[in-house]
Amino acid sequence: MNLHNRGGFEVIKSAFGPEVWAIVAPAILDTLYMTVLTMIFTLVLGLFLGIVLMVTAEEGLQPRPLFNKALGAVVNVLRSLPSMILIILTLPLSRLFIGKAYGPEACIFALVVSCVPMFARLVESSILEVSKGKIEAAKAMGTPNIPLITKVLIPEALPSLIRAYTIAVIAIISVTALAGSFGAGGLGDVAVRFGYSRFKTDILIAAVLVLVILVQVVQFIGDGLSKYITKKRFLI
Amino acid sequence: MSYAASHRSKESENISDTSSFITVKDLYKTFHTPEEKVEVLKGINLTVSKGDIFGIIGFSGAGKSTLIRCLNRMEIADSGVIRIGEHQIQDLPKKELNLYRQKIGMIFQHFNLFDSRTVFQNVAYPLEIAGYSKKEIKHRVESMLELVELGDKINSYPGQLSGGQKQRVGIARALANQPDVLLSDEATSALDPQTTLSVLDLLKDINRKLGLTILLITHELDVIKYTCNTMAVLEKGLIVEKGPVRDIFFNPTSETAKLFVKINANFSAKQWVFEGEAI
Ligand SMILES: Nc1ncnc2c1ncn2[C@@H]1O[C@H](COP(=O)(O)OP(=O)(O)OP(=O)(O)O)[C@@H](O)[C@H]1O
Ligand SMILES: [Mg+2]
Repeated sequence: MNLHNRGGFEVIKSAFGPEVWAIVAPAILDTLYMTVLTMIFTLVLGLFLGIVLMVTAEEGLQPRPLFNKALGAVVNVLRSLPSMILIILTLPLSRLFIGKAYGPEACIFALVVSCVPMFARLVESSILEVSKGKIEAAKAMGTPNIPLITKVLIPEALPSLIRAYTIAVIAIISVTALAGSFGAGGLGDVAVRFGYSRFKTDILIAAVLVLVILVQVVQFIGDGLSKYITKKRFLI
Repeated sequence: MSYAASHRSKESENISDTSSFITVKDLYKTFHTPEEKVEVLKGINLTVSKGDIFGIIGFSGAGKSTLIRCLNRMEIADSGVIRIGEHQIQDLPKKELNLYRQKIGMIFQHFNLFDSRTVFQNVAYPLEIAGYSKKEIKHRVESMLELVELGDKINSYPGQLSGGQKQRVGIARALANQPDVLLSDEATSALDPQTTLSVLDLLKDINRKLGLTILLITHELDVIKYTCNTMAVLEKGLIVEKGPVRDIFFNPTSETAKLFVKINANFSAKQWVFEGEAI
């Protein structure tokens, strides 16, 4: 159903109809599956990479300037490539690692590679916001580097880290939708396959609606959590 | 050099022979920036006896913070000897340095409390780092907070406290692990006069109760007059005068000390006193 053969109202009504949702609902599950898996990998790897970048920087806790520059360069290269290119580039790698280059699992590799560097940079800048004075105080109390990271830097940067992760998750949702058209399935796949190629505007509307709601929910939760912590600490 | 000044320096050398607890000898520190070399400490010699409250005064940029930061090796001196108790601190390997730092308390102008931690958790922090048991930590933190009279704020966050209360938490945190020395870098500079007095009273109280050696730096002569027994005047990286506070206050010999006394006489609206006797 589309605007060439039906009126706008009918198309919209059909976008909420059972036939459309029979196609969209399973796609939602696929998208959620990919998003959640990518979220977990991005959180762990991005946090780790961001901390490594921060620690090894010239002014960091354990300066390793050469290593830091090399790692930074890799991160920058990955960040400068459009997600679509990254997906195309990493699909052969997925075949190598998990034996297939299609379906949600194959795409998760591409999604992680494209989202981790972005989140790592956000983590790095969040942690750099922790005031020098607090780090000074912790060091003056004889804190070794590991507890300095776990007991001071991460807790102090937590509201900012949560906001950074919110941004990252929204990016993950959008890249997941993009990956859909490269065989990953999910909402992006449905939107392209039905909405674009077969002119099924009602399906397109339904898919977009779900994506918009997903992003809103993520933003709402992220903002709320970050604000809750800031308020609890009486910082606003 | 006047008679008083030469007499004074002899006296302070005597102190260094007998009961010196902190000794700084020929300490040099130069910062290298891309544009220039900044010589900040140019041969500092200093002795502080155990249980003293020692004040270092100097104008902005004199090198006060750099000097005090050398004492817990937050800044690495280029050359010279720093001895605190038995420790020759410029030789300590990194692991021991952390253990040593756990026994040196430090308080700061901007308090530097952890916003993510409650008052209790802030004071508990150095004890967690030192590896005390939960029970021991609770006991110690509670007694520290009693000492600084903040027992009722135990579950508050720093964001809920006034400047004076924050500095009290800072002091409790610095003292929780029973350090041998307390270093204070402009700890009252961000506080109003009344709060400053109460924090200084607390420092004097702690010095008396615990026999703690306190080294404090400031640019306010009033702070030194009120709190310290002994003082040194730092001018452009050199100690130009040192001795008992009264001697320097009533008979300054260096230009910087004279200037501080003059400024103090002209501008001090705060009617502060030497242990009860008005000036
Ligand atoms: N990390 C650094 N790199 C370069 N120069 C520095 C550094 N730290 C301090 N300096 C310089 O050393 C000099 C002394 O600084 P210091 O902080 O010790 O002064 P201060 O006596 O504590 O002054 P204030 O009363 O303003 O705090 C200043 O000229 C400062 O610019
Ligand atoms: Mg200073």
